[in-house]
Amino acid sequence: MSSLFRRTLDWLDERFGAGSIEEFLRHKTVPIHKHSVWYYFGGMTLFLFVVQVLTGILLLLYYRPTPNDAFESVQYLMTQVRFGWLIRSVHSWSANLMILAAFIHMFSVYFLKAYRKPRELTWITGMLLLFIVMGFGFSGYLLPWNTLAFFATKVGTEMAGSIPIVGKWFLVFLRGGDEVTGATLTRFFGFHVAVLPGLATTLLALHLLLVQTLGMSVPPGVERAIAEGRQPRRSMPFVPNFFLRDAIGWYAALGVLGALAAIFPWELGVKADPFAAAPAGIRPEWYFLFVFQTLKYIPAKVFFIDGELLGIFGFSAAALIWVAIPFLDRRVGFAPLTRFFTGLGIFVIGYMIVLSWLALR
Amino acid sequence: MSAPEQNPSPHPDRRWVTVILGSGLAASVVSFLYPAIRYIIPPPVAESTNRSVVAAKVAELKNNTGKIFKFGSKPGLLVRMPDGTFRAFSAVCTHLNCTVQYRDDLHEIWCACHNGLYDLEGRNVSGPPPRPLETFEVHVQGEDVVVTRNS
Repeated sequence: MSSLFRRTLDWLDERFGAGSIEEFLRHKTVPIHKHSVWYYFGGMTLFLFVVQVLTGILLLLYYRPTPNDAFESVQYLMTQVRFGWLIRSVHSWSANLMILAAFIHMFSVYFLKAYRKPRELTWITGMLLLFIVMGFGFSGYLLPWNTLAFFATKVGTEMAGSIPIVGKWFLVFLRGGDEVTGATLTRFFGFHVAVLPGLATTLLALHLLLVQTLGMSVPPGVERAIAEGRQPRRSMPFVPNFFLRDAIGWYAALGVLGALAAIFPWELGVKADPFAAAPAGIRPEWYFLFVFQTLKYIPAKVFFIDGELLGIFGFSAAALIWVAIPFLDRRVGFAPLTRFFTGLGIFVIGYMIVLSWLALR
Repeated sequence: MSAPEQNPSPHPDRRWVTVILGSGLAASVVSFLYPAIRYIIPPPVAESTNRSVVAAKVAELKNNTGKIFKFGSKPGLLVRMPDGTFRAFSAVCTHLNCTVQYRDDLHEIWCACHNGLYDLEGRNVSGPPPRPLETFEVHVQGEDVVVTRNS
């Protein structure tokens, strides 16, 4: 360690308490086993979130959140502002990759059963973060004020509106009125750049604090192998060993983002016209496709229940069960139950992939 | 040494202080929250009271075509039938609020969002829409096609 770094660390330690920073950094280790690769996806999601914050701040310098200006300001940014196309394309691509990384992180935690006691709260904060990230996607999608976004927002908020009792209130809250208008744009802008970032940062701090406190989970299979002496317990320090590996992944991700932005700049589409028909081939972002396709299949009435209500209830119930998984799958190691939850996970992934594929066909 | 003497139950007056302070605090929390919650819900916008609107000029639409027109704050759909007569509907899909369009190839009204179909009476015939489209009266007055909301 260079002496300047050492001196800085000592200086800080005198102020934070002897050895506490070093202790904090040394405390975290990363287990080494055949599933270790999945440990990288949480850090990758975090890195892409940082990219989102930075590019988002840059976009704020030019973006104007009103129905008359929004589309034009993004158009100006894409065509006139130097590297505006790059910043916006990186923001859009990074958003999509972040959601992909978050889904991979979530499913790897699910299948490796890292949510089991005592990490229930880590799972719950993680799931809330995933919902917030989808909220970011939904609110950010409207901001360029193009036709696709306009109708996606109409449909999405209308779904929220069909919730019994509070639905109407919720719809007006989201839209800032009965219809999707400039008031909706103003609200979504506020959600996207103030409300959601605040919530996300708080939950993220909690999520990371829990990871730091509880350490990384070792999958039950590996745990058993260690207990039976079939393999040694191995780990590496988080700082610097794992962190440097993380950093290589992040560096590669930046390269991928730059390449995607340059080769496939994000389209702007056609300016929204509230008095035009929904265009053919309309569909939401890929991570909502399975919901979208399911809605197409549910008939108007199932027995005496409204189809759309049934869809919303189905998805809400599924989401609730998913969040509560650590409390349902409590006896990891009890083979039939554990296998049931693994099967459920495979079914969920299969369902999402097949319905998304059907929607793209 | 005996433990320091403790009051087994709070002093009766003390409980009143807690209740009074507590309800005061609760009341002030409600008085802070109420305006904030009311603020979140925007004031209602007066619905346009116009029951009629000129949706198009007669010459504007060829037979077997449709046009979206503005009816108050919502879109309407004017269809010129293959026989040259006019029909008008609300263009708001009863499923999830998308704007429908006339399909000249199907002679039906189609919602692109979730593939809902209505016939030219506005009845939901296939796909997810749960209810028929609202229909409007159409009168041709000279060159104008006038659409009127049924009272």
